[in-house]
Amino acid sequence: MESRAMSSVPRIPARNPGGLIKDIASLRADFPILDQEIAGKPLVYLDSAASAQRPRAVIDAMVEQEQRNHANVHRGVHELSQRSTAAYEGAREKVRRFINAAASHEIIFTRGTTESINLVASSLGGQLLEAGDEVLLTTMEHHSNIVPWQLICEKTGARVVPAPITPRGELDLPAFESRLSRRTKIVAFGHVSNALGTINPVEELTAKAHAAGAVVLIDGAQAAPHLQIDVRAVDCDFYAFSSHKMFGPTGIGVLYGKTQLLETMPPYQGGGEMIRTVSFEATTYNALPYKFEAGTPHITGAIGLGATIDYLAGIDFESRSRYEDELLEYATQELIKLPEIRIIGEAREKAGIVSFLLGGIHAHDLGTILDREGVAVRTGHHCAMPVMDHFKIPATARASFAFYNNRDDVDRLVEGLKRALEFFA
Amino acid sequence: MSELQDLYREVILDHNRQPRNFGELEPADRVIEGVNPLCGDRVTLYVKLDGDRVEDIRFKGTGCAISVASSSLMTERIKGSTISESLELFDKVHGMLTKGSDAPEDLDELGKLAALSGVREFPSRVKCASLSWHAMRTALTGPDDSVSTE
Repeated sequence: MESRAMSSVPRIPARNPGGLIKDIASLRADFPILDQEIAGKPLVYLDSAASAQRPRAVIDAMVEQEQRNHANVHRGVHELSQRSTAAYEGAREKVRRFINAAASHEIIFTRGTTESINLVASSLGGQLLEAGDEVLLTTMEHHSNIVPWQLICEKTGARVVPAPITPRGELDLPAFESRLSRRTKIVAFGHVSNALGTINPVEELTAKAHAAGAVVLIDGAQAAPHLQIDVRAVDCDFYAFSSHKMFGPTGIGVLYGKTQLLETMPPYQGGGEMIRTVSFEATTYNALPYKFEAGTPHITGAIGLGATIDYLAGIDFESRSRYEDELLEYATQELIKLPEIRIIGEAREKAGIVSFLLGGIHAHDLGTILDREGVAVRTGHHCAMPVMDHFKIPATARASFAFYNNRDDVDRLVEGLKRALEFFA
Repeated sequence: MSELQDLYREVILDHNRQPRNFGELEPADRVIEGVNPLCGDRVTLYVKLDGDRVEDIRFKGTGCAISVASSSLMTERIKGSTISESLELFDKVHGMLTKGSDAPEDLDELGKLAALSGVREFPSRVKCASLSWHAMRTALTGPDDSVSTE
């Protein structure tokens, strides 16, 4: 299979290695949506952790597919079907390189992180879990990395065990280790917390889970837009992420899984069609990834994701990462100057997110006032109610950053918060 | 007046800072929990009836300024009213919040409650204002012990 031959291809080389920080700042112009006014003020978009914006190159690639190339994939001998198939499978190969997977058949296109996790919970969980077994999670998980496990545990008699977090919002490593046992069959955790921004030590966690004999799934939804992902270096068994959090379209995401596990897992959507047309019992390489892609896929979405990966490959990663770190540092410094601010999540390693409370002002009121200042933030529990419970708060306001944000955006956020303080004084 | 000042009128800010009828009521004839699943806001409503009259009503919970002020204004207004008067008021307030029925005679009748009309310009906030009203209606009509804005 082509993907095997491709497995030795090096990581994508950046076209501007050693690029300057000012070059990163100029990338903002690639995002047409940012050039508009909200409530009469220039838009400041600080909600990328909910959904990031798309660069023009991605929008163009999708329009091109829709206007010139669309047909169903893997079906026809005609030109358009072949073009669509080539672009769709080309996107799969781009994803493989993006996360440094060994083979492109280890890349399964899904609707997003949520579906990826449901796939593993249902398919592998249903096969592997028995009464008395445990699935170890962390308290900082997004609901989409909790509920699928609860559902399969209800069916199998296994149980979900949460590993606690510290007051800073980091995973409590000794507690995590103490919860690993022979009963632990699956360990699932986020790479980066969507509510706190905490970066988890995924290699270390994976090694410890493997030592206990467990299978490891990583929810990479918030890591994909900020970090370099290397599934082989981490050695995780599964890695899930969404296109729309990393500047691509919605409705498309990825499940990476190691070949030997994917081959032995039953199909997720077990409609007859896939099983009849694919020789499932043979469990050959050729059965993957299609065994897990029932029905016509989101072709344009996958191609958009491929274009997003191309776009990111054109940006020097080290420069982008340094720029983002500096911006997060600046945002944190400016925010803590405000009276009565409380930052929720003060991990030493963070990416892209500052969650906070301001005085006694409810997060939704902050969100509305900021919106009228042209500043978009997320407010609420961020689909992470156990995190809110941990900090004994109902909700936070969350500013999340991407490389298209800058210091002016931070200043506008701070101005808006000052206005909220005046309002509720 | 800016949209924000229209939303956060002085009456709203005042009832948020100092909510009236806040706390539990013991014993209560009806206890209803209202939840806005979208944001996790919750309000618990305690109602004590005397025949068909709301003798006392109190609330507890966490929520934004709109939600707290709306609960506070609602309890202040409902206390002492009959069940049918309260349900009529629900219809008027609900109409004001969702349909924009702000005929001057209606607003006159609503009095202080008209301060809640600012949420109409903020569709994502309408449920904040309506949560406790839904809870009140359920408390006075239904056997259910919970209510949701969804």
